[in-house]
Amino acid sequence: MSGAPHEDIDAHTGTATTGHEWDGIRELNTPLPKWWLYILYATTVWAIGYIIVYPAIPLISGHTPGIAGWTSRGAVTQELAQLTQQRAPMTSALEKASFSEITKDERMRTFALAQGRAAFGDNCAPCHGAGGGGAFSFPNLNDDDWIWGGSLEAIQQTIQYGIRSTHPDTRVGIMPAFAQILNTKEIDQLANHVRALGGLTTEKTYEKALGSRLFGEQCAACHSDGGKGNIELGAPNLADSIWLFGSDKASILQTLARGRASMMPAWNGRLDDTTIKALSVYVQSLGGVKTAP
Amino acid sequence: MAQQAQSTGAVGPTKAFSAGELGLVLTAIGMTFLSILIAAKTTSGPYAFHASLFALASVASVFAIFNRYLARPAEPAPQEINGKPNYNYGPIKFGTLISLFWGIAGFLVGCIIAFQLAFPALNFDLPWISFGRLRPLHTSAVIFAFGGNVLIASSFYVVQRTCRARLAGNLAPWFVVLGYNLFIVIAGTGYLLGVTQSKEYAEPEWYADLFLTFVWVTYLVVFLATIAKRKEPHIYVANWFYIAFIVTIAVLHVGNNATVPVSLYSPKSYIVWSGVQDAMMQWWYGHNAVGFFLTAGFLAIMYYFVPKRAERPVYSYRLSIIHFWALIFLYMWAGPHHLHYTALPDWAQTLGMAFSIVLWMPSWGGMINGLMTLSGAWDKLRTDPVLRMLVVSIAFYGMSTFEGPLMSIKVVNSLSHYTDWTVGHVHSGALGWVGYVSFGAIYCLVPWLWNKPQLYSLRLVNWHFWISTLGIVFYITSMWVAGILQGLMWRAYTSLGFLEYSFIETVETIHPFYIIRALGGVLFLIGALIMCWNIYRTIVEPAAKQERVPSGALATAH
Repeated sequence: MSGAPHEDIDAHTGTATTGHEWDGIRELNTPLPKWWLYILYATTVWAIGYIIVYPAIPLISGHTPGIAGWTSRGAVTQELAQLTQQRAPMTSALEKASFSEITKDERMRTFALAQGRAAFGDNCAPCHGAGGGGAFSFPNLNDDDWIWGGSLEAIQQTIQYGIRSTHPDTRVGIMPAFAQILNTKEIDQLANHVRALGGLTTEKTYEKALGSRLFGEQCAACHSDGGKGNIELGAPNLADSIWLFGSDKASILQTLARGRASMMPAWNGRLDDTTIKALSVYVQSLGGVKTAP
Repeated sequence: MAQQAQSTGAVGPTKAFSAGELGLVLTAIGMTFLSILIAAKTTSGPYAFHASLFALASVASVFAIFNRYLARPAEPAPQEINGKPNYNYGPIKFGTLISLFWGIAGFLVGCIIAFQLAFPALNFDLPWISFGRLRPLHTSAVIFAFGGNVLIASSFYVVQRTCRARLAGNLAPWFVVLGYNLFIVIAGTGYLLGVTQSKEYAEPEWYADLFLTFVWVTYLVVFLATIAKRKEPHIYVANWFYIAFIVTIAVLHVGNNATVPVSLYSPKSYIVWSGVQDAMMQWWYGHNAVGFFLTAGFLAIMYYFVPKRAERPVYSYRLSIIHFWALIFLYMWAGPHHLHYTALPDWAQTLGMAFSIVLWMPSWGGMINGLMTLSGAWDKLRTDPVLRMLVVSIAFYGMSTFEGPLMSIKVVNSLSHYTDWTVGHVHSGALGWVGYVSFGAIYCLVPWLWNKPQLYSLRLVNWHFWISTLGIVFYITSMWVAGILQGLMWRAYTSLGFLEYSFIETVETIHPFYIIRALGGVLFLIGALIMCWNIYRTIVEPAAKQERVPSGALATAH
């Protein structure tokens, strides 16, 4: 736009201004930067090409499909199919195999552990922790102490039907509230006795004979003599140092007086049978199987 | 309003209520009764509280208008005094100061929620301060309360100065700034009390939205009326951007908030859009809030304050025209890139991505025009930390407007979407661009508005600059690393074909970056607190104690 006789030239750049001024601000009449313009053209051309290749222009019913024939649903279906195909040989083997076959076949066991680990992270970790370490009222799966049994079949049943879940085949076991059955002194004695079973310190008021008698009368039916627990009833072993609901006396008093009934959902129907099988193998591997009954 | 006192004549026309004063008083009285009725009949505690706030504000405005009437001269404020425009700075001063208040509040809440993400125990199991309620409080406080007040205040300043005309309206500018801030209070307290329509960046319920619509339309009318009576033959580029911002925000606000209230006495409403159409409307709104609020609006600020402070002409008039029209045309279509790989139809996703890519250069046009305006004045960056802040804001603008189109590419988006990369991207724009260009503008505006030769301390500006720059770097780098880590971990498969990481493992991995991010936020907050102290001292310090005439103020004599 050079050539106008009245133009005002900026001394520093030697470029003409537009001749206007607003509150002391002037504007140079610099042409558009070439590189800027060329990139703008290039992106525009690219965008037109992209619109031709992919579904883009809405029509009265439907839209232009694009010459590549690509759809996002098609792409995801294809990716899932590839994944299924990749896993297929091992998945079908796992589906048919019994637990003992899986345990013996190192390849199958590795596959089951990998599948179980992935399923565990997405479904079990929120309660049992990412590494299966558990939390208050959520059992630690890293120890070899299995409340409902540590055999692969027992673990499979637990996962399938849950514990105190809504499934009709759920495992059910109840720790009753003893506040209505025993008096305060008796509950206090039992709390001390349970701590003694677990190898913890007791208070001076603790009378061993009384504690033993009460335990025999009220607790041994489920927790067995000596508090060794009973996996048939889901009664935890009390004679070890693993505490699901806390080992301090206040927590034990709470357990005795009010009872406990935490729940685990049934995964049957939410996870397929092969995944549950793989999960069983993985979960058992967390705690080891030395003493698994 | 100091100027008004000068024009009081000994003999003049008898004082009478203007139509505007009367109309506003009657409206306020009507609003008072309506609010009391709602407060009495609603079963919702928070809604009753809000209705009471509306009632109080209405009563207060009636008193304020009467007091103002008694104090004002009979004639309306003159348009010019001694041949010079009689600029109206009152509402601008208010807007500038309240933006600082909201800025500090918004940055503080941002730090709190950053720590809550790293340490969830900090939610304290209290609903009012849980992350879910504080997060919209943070976003609204920084975008709409801080950013919005900076935009309104600066636009009222820029439009007057570049039109050489007094701001249109008598009470209207005050209604805009005070009404806007009442909306902010309603919105913010609503979030804390659990009132939300659950649309991101548009959480306030129907009654707050309705009130904002009146305020915003008044804002548009004031702005356009000021331009209409301009003394300059042409409309300055900053004003184009302000108009685009005001008009488009009105359209977006009304479109995205089209709701049907359950009843006049209920805060709850139902959006008329449903399903994927609602999602599309939401991100048409959301993306253009970025485009027209956080980009066009703040580009307007840049187009005035950068050439003013650098005392250099704008680099290219032609570039400003081309990039303005290209920007406002293209931005409108880019929203679907927020919904890649969702139920949104493929064709809409394709268009969203294509327009986003073409948007790259129009966005950069603003950066080129801003940075190249410095040509011939680069040496000032060494001595003027305010100009440095403005220039760095343009650099961040350039960076985030490159990153945006990049992230809109579907392949990149498949990695970045839902990760903290998005959060980092937003904050390089928010802290670096919007934050810095606002700080720069406020540092310029305060001495001009309060008639001070210069800021209380440029050294403190320097401290603000370096501390907050460090904060921004902490913030965006930690979020880049966290986001890319997350994205890669989510998609990692083992050789056997199973996902390698569970979600909780990715959360554990990014925990250290969450802490770094929170610390970055704290540094940014500290910088802003230094600014507040500097601004406070600038305003209260007697002018005689300040020595040098600032470079920027000289040019205002035109």
